[in-house]
Amino acid sequence: MTDTSAPQPAAAQAIRATQPSVFDHRLQPRLVLPLLALLIAFPLIAQATGEDFYIGVASRVLVFGLAAASLNFILGFGGMVSFGHAAFVGLGAYTVGLLMQQGITSAWLAWPLAMLMGAAFSLLVGAISLRTQGVYFIMITLAFAQMLYYLIMSFKSLGGDDGLSLPSRSDIGLGLDLGQDATFYYVVLALVSTSLLLMARVLNARFGHVLQAIKENETRMQAIGFPVYRYKLVAFTLAGAFAGLAGAMLANQGSFVGPGMLQWTQSGILLIMVILGGVGHLYGGLLGAAVFLLLEEVLAAYTVHWQLGLGAVLLIVVLVAPNGLLSLRRGMWSKR
Amino acid sequence: MNTILILEQMLNGLQFGLMLFLLAAGLTLVFGIMDMINLAHGSLYMIGAYLVASLSQATGSFWLGLGLGVLATVLVGVLLEYTILRRLYHRDHLSQVMGTFAILLMSNEIVRIIWGAQPLMLNPPAALAGPVTLMDGFSYPAYRLLIIGVGLAVALLLWLLVTRTRFGMQVRAGAANREMATAMGANVRRLFTLVFALGAALCAVAGGMLGPLLAVQVGMGESILILAFVVIVIGGIGSIRGALMGALLVGLVDTAGRTLVPLLFDKAMGPEVAANAGPAVASVLIYVLMAAVLFTKPQGLFPAHD
Amino acid sequence: MKPHLLHRSLVSLSIALLCASSASAADQVKVGLLSTLSGPGAGLGTDIRDGFQLAVKHMNGKIGNLPAEVVVVDDQQNPEVAKQTAERLLKRDKVDFMTGTVFSNVMLAVGPAAFQNKTFFISPNAGPSQYAGAQCNPYFFNVSQQNDALHEAAGQTMQDKGFKRVALIAPNYPAGKDSIAGFKRFYKGEIGMETYTSLSQLDYGAEISKMRAAQVDGVYIFLPGGLGVNFIKQFVGAGLSKDITLYAPGFSADEDVIRAVGDSMLGTFNTSQWAHDLDNAANKKFVADFQKEFGRNPSLYASHGYDAARLMDAAVRDVKGKLDDKAALRKAIEAARFESVRGSFKFNSNHFPVQDYYLRVVSKDAQGKLTNRTVGTVFKNHQDAYVKDCKMPS
Repeated sequence: MTDTSAPQPAAAQAIRATQPSVFDHRLQPRLVLPLLALLIAFPLIAQATGEDFYIGVASRVLVFGLAAASLNFILGFGGMVSFGHAAFVGLGAYTVGLLMQQGITSAWLAWPLAMLMGAAFSLLVGAISLRTQGVYFIMITLAFAQMLYYLIMSFKSLGGDDGLSLPSRSDIGLGLDLGQDATFYYVVLALVSTSLLLMARVLNARFGHVLQAIKENETRMQAIGFPVYRYKLVAFTLAGAFAGLAGAMLANQGSFVGPGMLQWTQSGILLIMVILGGVGHLYGGLLGAAVFLLLEEVLAAYTVHWQLGLGAVLLIVVLVAPNGLLSLRRGMWSKR
Repeated sequence: MNTILILEQMLNGLQFGLMLFLLAAGLTLVFGIMDMINLAHGSLYMIGAYLVASLSQATGSFWLGLGLGVLATVLVGVLLEYTILRRLYHRDHLSQVMGTFAILLMSNEIVRIIWGAQPLMLNPPAALAGPVTLMDGFSYPAYRLLIIGVGLAVALLLWLLVTRTRFGMQVRAGAANREMATAMGANVRRLFTLVFALGAALCAVAGGMLGPLLAVQVGMGESILILAFVVIVIGGIGSIRGALMGALLVGLVDTAGRTLVPLLFDKAMGPEVAANAGPAVASVLIYVLMAAVLFTKPQGLFPAHD
Repeated sequence: MKPHLLHRSLVSLSIALLCASSASAADQVKVGLLSTLSGPGAGLGTDIRDGFQLAVKHMNGKIGNLPAEVVVVDDQQNPEVAKQTAERLLKRDKVDFMTGTVFSNVMLAVGPAAFQNKTFFISPNAGPSQYAGAQCNPYFFNVSQQNDALHEAAGQTMQDKGFKRVALIAPNYPAGKDSIAGFKRFYKGEIGMETYTSLSQLDYGAEISKMRAAQVDGVYIFLPGGLGVNFIKQFVGAGLSKDITLYAPGFSADEDVIRAVGDSMLGTFNTSQWAHDLDNAANKKFVADFQKEFGRNPSLYASHGYDAARLMDAAVRDVKGKLDDKAALRKAIEAARFESVRGSFKFNSNHFPVQDYYLRVVSKDAQGKLTNRTVGTVFKNHQDAYVKDCKMPS
């Protein structure tokens, strides 16, 4: 992930953020708008063909897309390899679950609170972990996630090992019933699109430029005088907030929260989605989640041994497309 | 009574720790020398257990099965290294995570295809199925004593290998400083393959020994893999001594946590809370330890290069 | 170049989804059998599946005179995975009946989806107290037992046999808690130790050393499938079987466990609502054909899988194949007009069975093979303790 065409030092570029820079990521509306149109039309197509079940699948893909995108935010653009990201997603999910158990079903209360919990925990984890480097950072984020996993499992009021089955989806008011798969899908689509747009905005702003410059060369940024730790911590917390939102939606999608959501294997899957889609590419997280989950769904329909196929595809991608699928189309999907 | 409880727990912890050491030793060498995060290490443990189980059943002898199973697993490991893993050495950690995770998925499925989804039940050799009276009023399962014995023997052999052989010297050099070792003339390719084969053998011994005690089932590698990572972080990446100390520490904390903490909670808060909170406290403690080491002494408690 | 490629691939994806829609035939019965086919509980799910499929075979591939399609899926003993799989079975495959669940934590996770979808769930094993009492549901039926039942019988037995101080071990999940609650309802002696283990725990070294310290004369375990196998082997291996007598429910002392543990199990008493030596025509046929078809003795799980299929058959026959008439179908299932391998069968008002419970002992049969032998009856026409809490909507 080296910059190939920067004519000037990145730091100088970062200061003049109003000018197009190496760290800008085009939203690529020519390609994305038709996709968005298809996504909006999808539930109608599904209902027309009687395949309502797939609306739920699509919601799930979008939710995981957001979770993966939030990881990509710190991984692909900040260089922070977090092996504990599923903890923030899970925490968001459990917030919704716990509140619902106490009788609080309003999405307007629960979902922002889920984001807050995600942000708070990632602030805590980041504050400690970002003092370490390299493989140690990977391991310490893993440690914190596992701590939360075991902690949550120990509370019977949270369902313990078995998790909590939620009686209904969150209540969003406005005359909308999230229990209807199509309605839920549109709410998810709106939130995920907005979040991605927000992330892109941040990445294209000064903050994002600095973050990416830190990823390129941290020592240089430190030497220049940027408070590197602070920038990384803010980015980490922001990612935690988005992950919390994804968790809230995930809890709603399956009407279920379980400690398995926080396990290290889940963090591994999020990492793989990001790597699969393309680390450091704006849509890398979303694409990776889509490919991973759809592959799982399609393969599972054909054979009970679908994990073999999934593993094979992942292996091939690692060996053939080292920087993820989006890096294959250098001309069209270039991160510049 | 209470001394027997503590003694028994210490032996259990020692037994668990030694098996954990076998896994951690291989993992720490691969990580330390080849700088590779290998999530498929647990899969070698699982494959080793399955091969030992099948070969024991086929030959009718546990020991023959163990020996053949270890050899077969080494073959599988070398094959894996030669074809796929070799290509991941020079890649970044992320690619290694993805590649080895893919191998983890595939090996789970391949094992399921060959042996079916139901677990294999292994029995220990008949002579060791009963207890051994260690003290008055305290009899301990003979098989667990065997595991401790085998674990200690392997640790000794490993120590001899690493300190008294040329191969061991290259391993230590490679763990301490990879580039320097290459410059000094170690045949890196062959060294890597041998290190990986050694790791596979250790996994197979652990899998084969634990098989009769636990169950040989698909996915058995995942839970012990994460503990192995904890161990090598605490002990020090690349350090076998660290792996041993770390494994014993984790083994003891885990076992003590699973008995003593619930006991305390039981008296204070009742069996249900004890059942929920007890195991959690033990596990959380281990990860707190891991985080503390990473934060204060990232090289580990017994680093390879000091 | 590229926009065309993108457009084309998106269009083909949509078409692929359209083509994937399978038209469900109106004249068949589709059953979703979601069971535990991997992990330590795999033996239980496999027995249920085999029992169910044997029954379908006995009925010439039909349920209630309609061709039957049985979709078998593994729940991996994981409530989260099971929930997603259940959604797929209910919404994509549009099954008419759900069955197969072994573990109660999975049952509590997948139940609500089925009930909301108005799909009848015939549980061949999981009988959580929640569904027997306050949360009883018109769409839930249990053809095997309420979770507490076998443990109540064991508690009564150990009380009658005069054990003074017992240790209790069960896994920490809904059925585990039900088991200890049920046992304590009928056993009035001293509880020396009460421990809940993890459902994924295979090493019982800690529990065994605690038992040694607790100085009990009996131990009652509820550890289904592979868990029981491991415990018993370790219990015997630690030398405790000499001083402490082991009691179990049928769940921990049936064919799968006996096969795996072997002679160490001789003399283990256990309670069950079914035994292969029950003297009725349906059972004789079931046992003989199961042995012939699968080369092993059936366990109580297999008998429940068999009965579940027969119950569905009777109900579909009664409504003459009109599966959309939910009210009529419900009445037909409640009537339970079928010959169970347990003899006569009837449901209580909370859709759980009212039946007898027997005491069995592991011994060698006439051929010298290790199996269970019925030695007595503990309860007759026993109802579960939660039926009064159930206000079943009509």
